[in-house]
Amino acid sequence: MSTKLIDLQHITKSFDGQMVLDDLNLYIRENEFLTLLGPSGCGKTTTLRILGGFETPDTGRVIFDGEDITGLAPNKRQLNTVFQKYALFTHMTIAENIAFGLRIRKKPESYIKDKISYALKLVNLDGYENRMPDSLSGGQQQRIAIARAIVNEPKVLLLDEPLGALDLKLRQDMQYELIRLKNELGITFIYVTHDQEEALTMSDTIVVMNQGYIQQIGTPEDIYNEPENAFVADFIGDSNILNGIMLQDKLVLMQGVKFACVDTGFGVNKPVDVVIRPEDLELTAVPADAEEDSEEYQRAVRRVTKFNHGFLTGTVSHLIFKGVHYEMEVQSGGFEWLVHSTRMFPVGTKVLMSVDPYNIQIMNKPASEDEEAVGVEDI
Amino acid sequence: MKKALSRIYLGFIFILLYAPIAVLILFSFNNSRTRAKWGGWTLKWYAEMFRNEAIMSALYNTLLVAVLSALISTLLGLLAAISLNSMNRRRRTVILSTINIPMLNAEIVTGISLMLLFIGLGQFLSRWGYAVEFGFGTVLIGHITFNLPYTVLSIMPKLRQVNISTYEAALDLGATRMFAFRKVVLPDIMSGILSGFMLAFTLSLDDFVITHFTKGPGFDTLSTKIYTEVRKGIKPEMYALSTLLFVSVLVLLMIFGRGKSKEPAVNKATH
Amino acid sequence: MKRRNPLLSGPYLIWTAAFIIIPLLMIVYYGLTDSTGAFTWSNVAQMGTPERMKALVLSLILSLFATAVCLIMAYPLALILTNMKVGATGFIVTIFIIPMWMNSLLRILAWQTLLERNGVINQILGFLHLPKLYLINTPYAIALGMIYDFLPFMLLPIYNALEKIDQNVVNAAYDLGANKFQTFWKVIFPLTIPGVISGITMVFVPALTTFVISDFLGGSKVLLIGNVIEQQFTQVGNWNVGSGLSLVLMIFILISMAVMQHYDNGDAEGIVL
Repeated sequence: MSTKLIDLQHITKSFDGQMVLDDLNLYIRENEFLTLLGPSGCGKTTTLRILGGFETPDTGRVIFDGEDITGLAPNKRQLNTVFQKYALFTHMTIAENIAFGLRIRKKPESYIKDKISYALKLVNLDGYENRMPDSLSGGQQQRIAIARAIVNEPKVLLLDEPLGALDLKLRQDMQYELIRLKNELGITFIYVTHDQEEALTMSDTIVVMNQGYIQQIGTPEDIYNEPENAFVADFIGDSNILNGIMLQDKLVLMQGVKFACVDTGFGVNKPVDVVIRPEDLELTAVPADAEEDSEEYQRAVRRVTKFNHGFLTGTVSHLIFKGVHYEMEVQSGGFEWLVHSTRMFPVGTKVLMSVDPYNIQIMNKPASEDEEAVGVEDI
Repeated sequence: MKKALSRIYLGFIFILLYAPIAVLILFSFNNSRTRAKWGGWTLKWYAEMFRNEAIMSALYNTLLVAVLSALISTLLGLLAAISLNSMNRRRRTVILSTINIPMLNAEIVTGISLMLLFIGLGQFLSRWGYAVEFGFGTVLIGHITFNLPYTVLSIMPKLRQVNISTYEAALDLGATRMFAFRKVVLPDIMSGILSGFMLAFTLSLDDFVITHFTKGPGFDTLSTKIYTEVRKGIKPEMYALSTLLFVSVLVLLMIFGRGKSKEPAVNKATH
Repeated sequence: MKRRNPLLSGPYLIWTAAFIIIPLLMIVYYGLTDSTGAFTWSNVAQMGTPERMKALVLSLILSLFATAVCLIMAYPLALILTNMKVGATGFIVTIFIIPMWMNSLLRILAWQTLLERNGVINQILGFLHLPKLYLINTPYAIALGMIYDFLPFMLLPIYNALEKIDQNVVNAAYDLGANKFQTFWKVIFPLTIPGVISGITMVFVPALTTFVISDFLGGSKVLLIGNVIEQQFTQVGNWNVGSGLSLVLMIFILISMAVMQHYDNGDAEGIVL
C-alpha cells in the first residue's frame, strides 16, 4: 500500500463527440483493491479499457510502474483482464484456455501443466482440464476466466463487472472468493461495478464516478459515512436528501425547523443539500389523538429534544419488514422520509423524528444545473 | 494503407459482381437484334416485350409459380416449424435433416428424382386410364419441395425465441388455443414468416434446374425460356424484361429495407 | 404447444415422404435395375467410360478449384465487411446479395459477352496493347462462372460466423499477449470454421453438379458430369444409366454433407441467406 503503481494523468476520452471521460486523474497503489463504481455510462468501463489498452485516450498519459504505456498495445502490457461475460475461447478446452497466454509466451509445457493445475486448484475447479467452456455454469466460467488471467502472473488484474451475469447467491460467494484470491496472489485488483454493495464489501478504495467525472475517492467507510455530494450519498446506500439552508455554523434549517449539526464553514444563509441516512432517524410515537398541548405529547417532545436538536412530526405511511430491520416511509411536510428501524411503527402512527447532530451531512449544492438533476429525484 | 487496400479489394469484388449486370442492362437499350454489335440507344424493347406473347406467358407462369409455391411452402413450413418445435431433440433432428435434403442436395438430383417420380406415378396411374401431365402442376410441386427447407429454417429460430409463458398466459386468461396462437405467437414470428416467404419467392423466381426437369413441352418459365433461346440468340425483349424485374426488386428492397430499419428503434422502446 | 397435434405434423410429413424420400428411392431403383427391372450394377459402372471419367475428374478439379478460390476471396472480404462501422454493414452486405436478383442464367450468359474473342475484356486488353486472351469455351471460363455465381454462398456463412464473435473474446486474446497474427490463427479463424465448412459445402455441391455454367461458358467443347447426366435424361432418355450416374454423383454429395453434419453445431441459420 505504498507506491503508486499506476498513474492516470489528465485522461480525456470522447466517442462521437460525446465526452466520456473529462480530465480524469487517478492513481492506484500496489496491492490495492480499487473499485470504480458508478451508474452505466459514467466512464468506469472506458477507464478500465484504457488501462487494458483497448482504448487510447484522446489526451493524457497512463503511467505504469514509472513508464508511459499510453500507446502500448494490449498484448505488451503487464496487466490482464477478466471480461464481462467471461469471453472464454469456446473452441478450446479449459486447460487450453488457461494455457493460452503461457503458450504465447512460449513457456515450457511442464511449467504450463503445473500452472494449469495450480490455477484450477486456486479457483476450486480441480479436474476440469478437459471440459469445454460451454459445459460449465456461469459461475464456473467466471472462475476459469480468472484462472486464465492470473496464470500469466500479471501485476494488475482488471475485472470488468465480472459478477454481473451471476445470480445473487453466487455473486455473494464469488465476492468472498475474490477477496481470498486477492490476498493469496498479493496483486493489485482494479474492479469495475455498478453494484454499490459489491464495492463496499470488497474494496480497499472506492472511486465513485458519474458522467465522466470522479465524484469521490475514499475507503468504503469514508464513502458511506461522509459522502461528499448528493450524488454519492444517493448512489451509495439509501439516503434522504433534501434542500436546506445553512443558517450559521452548526445550525441548519430544513422543512422550516432548525436542526443542530456539526458542520462548519459553509457561510451564513447558504442553500445546501442535507443528507440523512434512513437508519440515523430516530422515531418516537405519539398517540394519534393527543393534542399538541396535552401532557402526553409534551412529554414525548421533551424526550426527543433533550439535546435541543429540533424535530419533525409525521405519519407512518408504509411499513415493510426487511429481516434485520423495518423499512418505513414517514410523511412529513410534503416529504417522504425513508426510515430504517429495529422497532416497528404501524402505518398511521403519528411520530416525532429526530436525528443526532453527528448524523446530519451537509453538502454544497452542485455547481452546474445538470449535475443537480442527477440522482436527487427520489427524495 | 490497410484501409486503401480494403477499399481496392471491395472495389474489385464489386466490379466482378456488377459487370455482368451492367452488360445485361446495356443490352436492354441496344438498338440491334444481336448482342454482337452496338446499334445505339433505344427503349423499344421495353415496349415490344409486352407484345411478345411467349415472353409474357413465361413471365405469367414464373410469377404464378413463384407466388403459389412461396405461399404453400410458407404455410407448410409454418406447420412443420410448429410441430417440430414441440418435438424432442432427436425426432426433430431426424425430420429436419429430411426436410433439408433438397437444400443440401444437388439441384440436378432433386430435379431428376422428381421427374422420375412423376414418370413412375404416370405409369402407375395409366392402369386406370389416368395420366400425369408435366407442366404447371409438376413444376409447382417441385418448387414447393425445394422451398420448404428455407421457409422452415426462417420460421424455426423465431418460434424458439417465443416466450412460451405468454402463450400460456393467454390460455390462462381464457383464450382458445387458436386465438392465443393468432394473437400472441403469430405476431412474434411474423418477421420469420415474411422472410421465409420472400426467400421462397426469390428462389422460385430464379429457379432453372428444378423447372427444367419437371416441366413439360409447351410450359416455360423465364429461366427455361432463356435456356432454350441461348442457342438461337436471346431476344432483346428478355434483357428488357429482366432489367425491369431487377429494378423493381431493387425498389421493393429499398422500401422494405427502410421499413425494416425502423424496427430496432421500436424494439428498444419496448424493452 | 407441447401437445402433439397430428393435424399439424401430417401435411409436411406426407409431403416429405412423397416428394423427397420416394423420389430419391426411385433414383436408387432406376440406378440399380435394367430396363426389365432386374438388379444390375452396370448403370453405375457406366461412369467408368473414359469420356465420363474425364468429365467427372474435370468436374471435381474445377469445383474444388472454384471452392478454394471462393474461400480465399470471401474470407478477407468478410473480414473487411465485419470491421466496417456498424450500420453500414447491413447496406454493404445487401450490395453483395443484390446481384442475385438478376436472373442467374442471364448473369452467366453476360460473361459470354465479357469473355468472348471480341468481348469486353479482350477489347480492354487490345486498348492497352496487350495480347488477346482465349477465354471463352475453356475450363477457365467455367471456373470463373462458378466463382462468380457461388461467391455469395461462401461469403454469407463466413460473415455470419465472424459477426457472432464477441469482440471481448478477441480482446481477451490480445490481453493474454497474442499479437494480431496469433489472435487470428488461434482464436478468430477457429471460431469461424463452422461458417467456412458450411460455405465450402454450399459452393462445392452446386459447382460439382452444375450443367448450366458449363453449357454457357464451355460451349459444347467442355463437358462436366452435370452435362453428362442431364443429357442422359433429356436427350438420350436412358433413365437407368442417368440414375446410375446420379448415384455416383450422390456419393460425393453425401461425403460433403457428412463433413458438414460433423461440424454443424445445430445452428443452420447461417445457410439461410
